[in-house]
Amino acid sequence: MNKAICLKVAGLSKRFGGLAANNDIHFFVEEGEIVSVIGPNGAGKSTLFNCVTGFYKPDSGNVFFFGKDITRMRPDKVCNLGIARTFQIVEVISDMTVLENVTTGALLRYSRIKPAMEKAGEILTFTGLYEKRDFLGTELTIADKKRLEVSMALATQPRLLMLDESMAGLNKVELREIIELFRKIRNQGITLIIVEHVMEAVMQISDRVVVLNSGKKIMEGTPKEVCSDREVIQAYLGEKYCAILK
Amino acid sequence: MRNFTIRQIIAGVAILLLLIVFPLVVSQSFNVHVMILVFMFGMLGVAWNIMGGYAGMFSFGQAAFFGIGAYTSSYLLIAYGINPWIGLVAGGCAAAVVAAVIGYPCSNLRGHYFAIASIAFAEIVRIVFNNWQMVGAAEGLSLPMQNESFANFLFNSSKLPYYYIMLAFLLVSLAVSYFIATSKMGYYFRAIRESHKIAEVMGVNVVLYRLMAIMISAFLSAMAGTFYAQYILYIDPGSVMLLATSVQIVLISMLGGAGSIMGPVIGAAILIPASEYTRVALGYKGTGMDMLIYGLLITLISMYYPEGVWKLFSRLGRKLK
Repeated sequence: MNKAICLKVAGLSKRFGGLAANNDIHFFVEEGEIVSVIGPNGAGKSTLFNCVTGFYKPDSGNVFFFGKDITRMRPDKVCNLGIARTFQIVEVISDMTVLENVTTGALLRYSRIKPAMEKAGEILTFTGLYEKRDFLGTELTIADKKRLEVSMALATQPRLLMLDESMAGLNKVELREIIELFRKIRNQGITLIIVEHVMEAVMQISDRVVVLNSGKKIMEGTPKEVCSDREVIQAYLGEKYCAILK
Repeated sequence: MRNFTIRQIIAGVAILLLLIVFPLVVSQSFNVHVMILVFMFGMLGVAWNIMGGYAGMFSFGQAAFFGIGAYTSSYLLIAYGINPWIGLVAGGCAAAVVAAVIGYPCSNLRGHYFAIASIAFAEIVRIVFNNWQMVGAAEGLSLPMQNESFANFLFNSSKLPYYYIMLAFLLVSLAVSYFIATSKMGYYFRAIRESHKIAEVMGVNVVLYRLMAIMISAFLSAMAGTFYAQYILYIDPGSVMLLATSVQIVLISMLGGAGSIMGPVIGAAILIPASEYTRVALGYKGTGMDMLIYGLLITLISMYYPEGVWKLFSRLGRKLK
């Protein structure tokens, strides 16, 4: 039986002046997959995220979420439909506690504080931040802030979660923990799209990898296929890395 | 979010009882007048705080809403004989509608830019009223003398009824503020204050929630405006739509503690008596001593309690638990 198509990006283009940040990008993601988007800095990964989630209006092309056209939809409406995301530069509400931050996200599905706060408590237990629920957003380490941001995204009860460099700057232990968390999220039935530079993690958890370079998709396939592709190695991975991987 | 302990409730009730007894004991009319101003500016501060403190929209144009409230009820009374209590609601609605019309195109303005836009807006409103013949232009409006009664919102022989009505208004605005702070709206306002991006990514309709904050704030400010008109019985753009009033409202809220429920009231309770009593004691000398002392007080508070005097009080409040 075929799985449902969660996200379909069809011919997406976005220009900033003379720069084509996204140039005719096509790909799709099936429900329950973990798909990574990789590529060098400036390849258009974050622009792609912003176009899908409504923060940028694409110049042409379409985005479909479970068959529904969500192109150029407002970010809050996109979130309401079930796409949650995090940002490359962490965004949390600095003068709220961890619990209040996640409660704010949960309020999308509840109109009263009490049930939203209970839901937030559940999510924090799931993401392993419950012990720190009374800390302020500003008091957290970078690793915990990223975990908090993921918790806030989960609180909106998404079907698709898009994570923009959630692993950057983490140490080995933190990295292993967050990979474990991503697997747990997927096992809950949530589809994941991640932008990441940490290749060992990408290769470990991705079902498929989409490679961007200079705004174009240059390759798509399983981690193994991507690693043996000459163009990808030249554009991004480098000879040495792939030698290690093999 | 916040549940009060028994001791805190007792403290609150005690303060309220003191305020109710105050004008009966302290009969000197000027003292009662100062307290009425404290309540009125407290209410204006609470209203500002809903958009400025909670939602982060720093308005320097609150006097426009105050003035629109005063003018709406006064004009309805003078031209059509409409009861000021109905005028009170009409004024609130008029201010809220104006707030929505001006707020919508300002939806993307934040921080300094919003503040500048709010000043421009309030000045435009003032200049329009200053030249609008129908509402008396620069000469303003004098309210007609009627029989003294609660129904007419008019009392000649004593300030006491005004004192209690304004106290009740203040309590209503505090109840609204408390309700917002502890509801979904309050959480969303705080998300918007942090950044539009973070609010949007959690599914908040930023434009809609910002408009709600502005409209609620405008409605409450306009209520205070109607009260002022019924209390002073004369209004003109130079008294109810001044930029100085807008600035004073921001000052009171900031020094009291923006974002907290009681902060603006504490700010008003400190700054209004300070300004009124120094003015009476020293203002007649014409040396500007009163303004110097008032300015020194503001400087000291902003140096030692940059987050607002409210911090000091909340520490006391926690000890009461």
